[in-house]
Amino acid sequence: MRREVPLIITGVVGITLIMSFFIPHTPFNRLEMLFTHWYQIVAAFAIVLGILNLLRVNLDKAYKRQKDWFFGLVVVASFLLIVIPGFLFSGGRSFQEPGTPFFQIYFYVYVPLMSTMFALLAFFVASASYRAFRARNKEATMLLLAAFFVMLGRVPIGYYLSSWLPENYQLAAVADWIMDFPQTAGQRAIMIGIALGIVSNSLRVILGLERAYIGGE
Amino acid sequence: MGVFLFLRKDMSKTRHLFFESKSTFFFLIFVLSLFFLFIPFSARAEETPEIEGETLQETEAPPAPPTDIVAKDTPNDAGNSITITWMKSEDDGAGRNNVMGYEILRSTVVDGEYEFIGNTTVGAQQFMDTDTKDKVEYFYKIKAITQVLSSISLPSRPAMSTQQWFNTDRINTLIAVLTISFAIFYFIRRARGGRKLYVRKIAGLEALNDAVGRATEMGKKVFYVPGIMDMNSMMTIAGITILGKVAQLTAEYETKLEVPTSRSMVMVSCRETVKEAYTNAGRPDAYNDDMIYYLTDDQFGFAAAVDGLFVREKPAAIFLQGHFFAESLILAETGNSINAIQIAGTAAVAQLPFFVAACDYTLIGEEFFAASAYLSEDPKLLGSIKGQDVGKFLFLLAILVGVIFATAGIFDLSKFFVTR
Repeated sequence: MRREVPLIITGVVGITLIMSFFIPHTPFNRLEMLFTHWYQIVAAFAIVLGILNLLRVNLDKAYKRQKDWFFGLVVVASFLLIVIPGFLFSGGRSFQEPGTPFFQIYFYVYVPLMSTMFALLAFFVASASYRAFRARNKEATMLLLAAFFVMLGRVPIGYYLSSWLPENYQLAAVADWIMDFPQTAGQRAIMIGIALGIVSNSLRVILGLERAYIGGE
Repeated sequence: MGVFLFLRKDMSKTRHLFFESKSTFFFLIFVLSLFFLFIPFSARAEETPEIEGETLQETEAPPAPPTDIVAKDTPNDAGNSITITWMKSEDDGAGRNNVMGYEILRSTVVDGEYEFIGNTTVGAQQFMDTDTKDKVEYFYKIKAITQVLSSISLPSRPAMSTQQWFNTDRINTLIAVLTISFAIFYFIRRARGGRKLYVRKIAGLEALNDAVGRATEMGKKVFYVPGIMDMNSMMTIAGITILGKVAQLTAEYETKLEVPTSRSMVMVSCRETVKEAYTNAGRPDAYNDDMIYYLTDDQFGFAAAVDGLFVREKPAAIFLQGHFFAESLILAETGNSINAIQIAGTAAVAQLPFFVAACDYTLIGEEFFAASAYLSEDPKLLGSIKGQDVGKFLFLLAILVGVIFATAGIFDLSKFFVTR
């Protein structure tokens, strides 16, 4: 029963939602919203599970002085630093209102930290490109050439270097052509494969052939 | 008074220089006085637009009314909606060209009082009334309006909104879903019958054993990241399915596995999957709930935490399988910097180039969804992959025929494929 009940629920919900895509009549038109609400309720309860797990794992690590226990302590302290002001020190206002301690921490600590992480991407792109764009074989050379034209066609120097050529042969036009034709064609081929893969995988899940995600074989 | 006297004195000296006679000087004073008197009156005139409006109303004729008002139940919907169409006024964009828009009026009685329910801009010929009660008859009138005048059309014939049992706009999608589903069912049935199905080798999946084996030999951990999205993403489900196979290998090889998750529900699902895999491998004692833990829902917070784990723990093998966004390259490059063997898989098209550049193997799109069937070697699941191929063939055929038709200037076929 531990396996059968989730499989039955998955099958019934899956088939009902597929039907609701084609049938606009009541009650099918309301089912998607209804199931979404149920999902959100379940997810809200699951967040408590996640938080408890986070605190337990990190407190345990700190208590037992395991390797890198200090980081566990930092996680718990950061958690309390944002939760306690949010709950207790909002001065009768909503914790999200400008001026509350939660708001100040969110905008002046959390947001810059997130931006910093995002900004790291620039350096990672550079290092990944450096490795990827090496002419090791025929395919890698084509990748390198495509990248060379696209990058040069997207910056002002590309315009200055090729401005003497007819408009259709300038680097910007070559870059546009690469993006509009070979790139779009390749991307669409992948997307068709993905769409079919999703249909096939969904059918396997709805029919109960695929059970690994609920702990089955 | 002193100043006035000074001016008079000054003027008496100079007036003969500029004015030929006294009468000219007084004439100028008279004109200036009239000018200053006129300003307040003209300002007052600007403050009273009603006067101008009245003048305009007297001169402007009302616009021609809209014609051919047709009200119909909005098709393919869940009711409570009527679509009204009309032929625009002759003075809209032509004629006197003074129509500024249309007002839509509604009544339940043809000769009754019509209430205002909405308006449209000039040139519009359609309005959707989404506030109707099903199975109640409504009449509509359209009022063409200018700056001050208006003219009302004749009423429409009665219309009532109803719910539909089938969305005919989606018949193309239904045909595609049924065809592909039929093909998948057919091949699953055929595989059950014992027919051997050929599936090409997928390098990324063949390398699973090597990656876990490497970690075992080096005595290091295996990290598995099932993306940052929740259980409502098909990619997360596919990722968790592959996790089951990886967990089975780590259980057999007695290698440590860690699964940091970004969503609580994913954590719970991963625990079930890994627990089952360890039980199946005959090593339930090696399973521990703490192998799978929650970090944070936040995208970059999760990336920072996992990066930290990678750098501190230096795992020998990293699996990035699921739904990723911009953090994909941050994770993959950090994994690369610690020389871990990395196998990535996702259907997020924008992240695929990052994984290809930074990882040793990448499961691209459909390979990622086929992984569980490929690894299980279960004929039923392999049959579904074969069914996918039939779908792919049909798509290719449709593209080919579409290209030929479009080249010949026939676009009816491409219209059929438009999804709504």
